[in-house]
Amino acid sequence: MTTPLLEARSLVKHYGSVEALRGASFEVAAGEVVSLIGDNGAGKSTFIKCLSGAEQPDSGQILLDGKEIHLDSPTVARSLGIETVYQDLAVAPDLDPAANLYLGREIKRKGILGTLGMLDKKEMRRRAVEEFGRLGVTLQSVDVPIGSLSGGQRQSVAVARSVVWASKVVFMDEPTAALGVVQRERVLDVIRKVRDAGIGVVLISHNMPEVLSVSDRVEVLRLGKRVARFKASEASLTDLVGAMTGALVQEDVA
Amino acid sequence: MTTVTDPAPPQEKRSLTKRLAGANSLWIGLVLVALIAVFGVINPSQILNLVNLQNLLIETSVLLVLSVGMTFVIVTSGIDLSVGSVLVFSGITSALSMNAMSGGDSTHAGWGVVIVGGLVAVASGAAWGFVNGWLIAKAKIPPLIVTLGSFGAALGAAELLTNGSDVRSVPDTLANSLGFGTLLGGIPTMVIFAAAVTAVGAWLLATTRFGRHTYAIGSNEVAAQRTGISVTRHLVLVYVLAGGLAGLAGFMSLAHFTTTTLTSHSTDNLNAIAGTVLGGTSVFGGVGSVIGTVIGVFIPAVLTKGFTIIGVNVFWQPIAVAIVLVSAVWFDQNRRRARNQR
Repeated sequence: MTTPLLEARSLVKHYGSVEALRGASFEVAAGEVVSLIGDNGAGKSTFIKCLSGAEQPDSGQILLDGKEIHLDSPTVARSLGIETVYQDLAVAPDLDPAANLYLGREIKRKGILGTLGMLDKKEMRRRAVEEFGRLGVTLQSVDVPIGSLSGGQRQSVAVARSVVWASKVVFMDEPTAALGVVQRERVLDVIRKVRDAGIGVVLISHNMPEVLSVSDRVEVLRLGKRVARFKASEASLTDLVGAMTGALVQEDVA
Repeated sequence: MTTVTDPAPPQEKRSLTKRLAGANSLWIGLVLVALIAVFGVINPSQILNLVNLQNLLIETSVLLVLSVGMTFVIVTSGIDLSVGSVLVFSGITSALSMNAMSGGDSTHAGWGVVIVGGLVAVASGAAWGFVNGWLIAKAKIPPLIVTLGSFGAALGAAELLTNGSDVRSVPDTLANSLGFGTLLGGIPTMVIFAAAVTAVGAWLLATTRFGRHTYAIGSNEVAAQRTGISVTRHLVLVYVLAGGLAGLAGFMSLAHFTTTTLTSHSTDNLNAIAGTVLGGTSVFGGVGSVIGTVIGVFIPAVLTKGFTIIGVNVFWQPIAVAIVLVSAVWFDQNRRRARNQR
């Protein structure tokens, strides 16, 4: 295997006396969808928080392109090209899709008006239409408040917002949890498109058929440690569940 | 690849008419026009009379400046009950400092003193705004409680400064220019001043990054935080803005009434909130406009004037405003509920 795009080595994280991560390792390559699965309390959320800068591990290393990095905050992670899609719809429902896409990264007008803080809404809308088109996100309109869109479209925008800015890795924490079948398929399509663009995608999901259909590889966390790794094409549902519950143990993966 | 075959809907801009119809401020604007029309038909000579119109505009100028700041605060889903007291406090610090610069009586002071007085008023207001903003954004105390506190404290501080009596010496230069003067062929300076402040506020909220972040925080604070917006800093700035505008309103009030009017601003906060909410700004945050606030502020004022002129007991005015206000929030709430169920 070549150098992974993002690699975590033996991360340890304590919350008081609780050991959430006990030397967890993980890797994702460019242009690959890796699912991170595990039972409740396996440490998935803590792990993602450490890898996206929301929390700092007590020990262990995180490497991006083979170089060690320190993610002191989500802003640092973002500046390195690491984005996160959160489970709850983290969009501003009263703003339109273009405004949401560019939230925190607004394009200003040129010249004196831009210096005064005036936004170039036209340019943002134009580029937003372009980006949504590229990712296959279909919206009836780009200038209605996002709250008036369906749940699937809203989540597609939330996913698009992260992947548009991600140059390296996207973490997705249950991006389809709240969605219906058709909407879920849309989001999965976006995930595939992102992978095809050469970005590493890390998916957290409880939906095993979904994990097997969209992932290239699956890594399993149990009690704060990696206990198994599968190629999605070779794994079965039974394997995944077995690894999550501890019935199936692989050697040499921690 | 995809198994979902959707006919790709055209991503067109909505037409202007459609967007206008969706805006709360359009409907409330029509209400205002209808009110003026009804009163105008009943008694054309009184309503469409220039002096009456001038008075209406002057009386509303101070409240309008307060309400522009209130619009920003309410768009962040906050509230500022302290504006009236901050207005009084700023008027007092301004008047006292102008007096101090002129050896005790500023009646014949020049422009230099007046300008410093204006700056003192704005700075005093902004300082209260900073205290409000810091306690709300940093200490996470609910805005209702924080500004209820500063509502009392600012008035108390103002009364401490003057021992409870009004300051009545105000530079003639100020009173004759901003207070009673007219510009551009008869338009009161107060009105032009308020209109300029409103225009800048409308521009700031609707077209700048500051405005965009204000909407985003009101719409979903967590989402705003996650996109890297410094929510704490922005909220403090919004309350500083509201406080600064209250200070400016205090200066305008001082110029017009030539006294610090200690006791006449205890319901300014409620009037500003009512005007803002009537104008379509949502108390749940994320939605609103300064243009809407302009319309909303004039509805109670037009009702009062109209009732006086057509001979309806003026005590009906607050009841009428209350009905419109509560129904406006009710509609807004139902609209949101319908949306969130999708």
